[in-house]
Amino acid sequence: MMETLTRTASLLRRHLLDLDDWTPEELRSLLDDTARMRAHLDGGERLSTLAGRVLVTLFYENSTRTRVSFELAAKKLGADVVNVTASASSVTKGESLRDTVRTLQALGANIIVVRSSQSGAPDLIARAIDGAVVNAGDGWHAHPSQALLDLFTLERHLGSVAGRRIAILGDILHSRVARSNVWSLTAMGAEVVLCGPATLLPPAAADLYAARPVPGTGEPRRVVVEPRIERALEGADAVMALRIQKERMQAGLLPSLREYARTYGLNRERLALARPGALVMHPGPMNEGVEIAADVAAGPSSVIEEQVTNGVATRMAILTQLAGVLTRREAEWR
Amino acid sequence: MSEARNASGAVVLRGTRIIDPAQRLDAPGTVVIENERVVAIGAGPEVEAAVARVTATGAEVVDLPERWVLAPGFVDLHAHLREPGFEGKETILTGAAAAARGGFTTICCMPNTQPVLDSVDTLAYVLDRARTAPARVRPIAAITKGEGGHELSEMAELVAAGAVAFSDDGRPVESSRMMRLALQYAGPLGVPVVEHCQDEELVSGGVMHEGATSTLLGLKGWPAAGEDVMLARDLALVRLTGARYHAAHLSTAGAVGLIREAKRSDLPVTAEVTPHHLLLTDAWVAGERTGPLAEALAALGLPVPPGERYDTNTKVNPPLRTAADCEALLEGLADGTIDAIATDHAPHTWVDKNSEYGEAAFGISGFETALASLLALTHTGKLALSTLIAALTARPAQAWGLDAGTLKPGALADLVIFDPEEDWMVDPERFASKGRNTPLAGLTLRGRVRQTWLGGRRVYDAATE
Repeated sequence: MMETLTRTASLLRRHLLDLDDWTPEELRSLLDDTARMRAHLDGGERLSTLAGRVLVTLFYENSTRTRVSFELAAKKLGADVVNVTASASSVTKGESLRDTVRTLQALGANIIVVRSSQSGAPDLIARAIDGAVVNAGDGWHAHPSQALLDLFTLERHLGSVAGRRIAILGDILHSRVARSNVWSLTAMGAEVVLCGPATLLPPAAADLYAARPVPGTGEPRRVVVEPRIERALEGADAVMALRIQKERMQAGLLPSLREYARTYGLNRERLALARPGALVMHPGPMNEGVEIAADVAAGPSSVIEEQVTNGVATRMAILTQLAGVLTRREAEWR
Repeated sequence: MSEARNASGAVVLRGTRIIDPAQRLDAPGTVVIENERVVAIGAGPEVEAAVARVTATGAEVVDLPERWVLAPGFVDLHAHLREPGFEGKETILTGAAAAARGGFTTICCMPNTQPVLDSVDTLAYVLDRARTAPARVRPIAAITKGEGGHELSEMAELVAAGAVAFSDDGRPVESSRMMRLALQYAGPLGVPVVEHCQDEELVSGGVMHEGATSTLLGLKGWPAAGEDVMLARDLALVRLTGARYHAAHLSTAGAVGLIREAKRSDLPVTAEVTPHHLLLTDAWVAGERTGPLAEALAALGLPVPPGERYDTNTKVNPPLRTAADCEALLEGLADGTIDAIATDHAPHTWVDKNSEYGEAAFGISGFETALASLLALTHTGKLALSTLIAALTARPAQAWGLDAGTLKPGALADLVIFDPEEDWMVDPERFASKGRNTPLAGLTLRGRVRQTWLGGRRVYDAATE
């Protein structure tokens, strides 16, 4: 969900908070920009789109790939990058999130990339500062840059995702990756199957998506919630396995990792239920042998490493679009 | 005119519609007050005689517009005044001023202060602080010492010191055995045990209603069953003990059904609902204003701009539920299953609320918007005005045996006068409460409290604000 300067046109969002109200046209524009960025990356070029801009990565949760990915993307675009992690920040001294980001703004930050265990933290920051906010994952809510890089990766292999069936396996309830992927994939016409043990499926998901057709086109979103894995995988063009966290066992949501691996782990036999050559994806970090078998993760149809590479290009595209809006807004202020 | 001329503090309020459900009164009339009490009310020769008598001795005569409504001062069975211990959020005096601004003249305050209201000393402190307050403060004492859930508070002494009910509000009495003992012990004392119905394990960590919106926002939800489970347990214990029981802030359709059934079986139970659970839905947490209030305001032609996502002013315990729950609660109110509308006024500081949704405090500052928000239901024909007024006056007073809620001759002259048609915008900066935490900020509501009188004395007048 986001503040837009105008609803219909793309390239006009102030922040990247969520993908629930993105139109297919906006997604297409971002995919096009991502393809351009990927070409720049492959060509080893450096750009200066963000020259003179200060980008702060503010990470309240541990993350290697997402933080490094944003940092690289920003540097390739010429930004000054400052990394702030929770342990090193005043959060441990009890400073509120609002005060922290106001301070970062006063220090000259134009773009804040935030990762938080609290759903909605990026929304709070967006209301507190004048610059741009990028949600790099908040609680169980959203991880839009991950979903955008997943979409880009899928399209590179499948062509359009329209009419395709994408299965997401595992802990959907606690997954911001699954939530964001549902919005972007269904907006582009794919059918998404959410599959996991019933204790790890989100409440009222069918009602939620039924009530929110695709913005711009009004098309219904095609989402299936299916706890039976054999049915979920049937005819799937791609399968995305999600990380299972040990805390879920401690909270009693699952009997054991062993049983999970046996009943929902993505192994070769299960993958054979999907379409031949179905893509294998994982947002990382993986628990090999639990949600995904090592030979599947390293198998011929795995695009897991490519996801990581595409992540940098996707984030370059995101930052480029946001910088454009920021520059225009600054011109209006003057 | 010498002061002695009106030594009895006589007042004549006339010219407007009077609604007093305890007397089945709803007609234009006059109220005559002397020595803090009502001496005559309504119309007819007796009232005229009383008017003539007091005006002869210099009574103050107040002529009120015809379209205004005069009713008994509202009785709130559920408020948090935060003193002692949390004076940054509210004090007894600021809370009572907010109550007066909302038309409430009797407010029952919850014991989750610091220290907890579980001793005669802390109760005496509250009553002492309330002596000069512009509302009558009736304390509710804790069921268990420190609201710890393990040992009964000294209930007999607390009742003698002025406790009108017992509650560990903010949390339920988790142990079934403890709840049984509380009901048994409190029963003969003649005051109700008030439960915050919530299965702590089922709702643990939840910050909003579990449903489509919690999935949208990635917030941990708590299911409606969390309330129903605890209420069902309590009703079994009421059946066992026969003691007076009151369910606080019902929020689910299931709970309404359970209370309805319990009343049919003649169990000694009563229940309350808050304005926000009647009027707002969980979609408000996503900034999407659906449900009875939004629909009514739209029908009245008043603007309903979208809200903000993760607005922590929508965070309340129990949480805002679905439109179907709102509907069931309204039905329960209309058919008498629910006895009272209580605000659960829960003021907080800006710091308490200005954080991530998961971290923010639970609660809504409710006194000053209660009437106006509820009038949206009467303006659109969803609720009779007399039913609404009864649920704010006679019925709560009757539920707990409080000497309040009516303007019968001889009663204390505690009353509210409101203009049902005046539009005003909710501006928390103008609240008398220290708590500006309301999800209604910026909305225009129809119906405004004009004056509040306590014991024949004006304690609030919108004209002098």
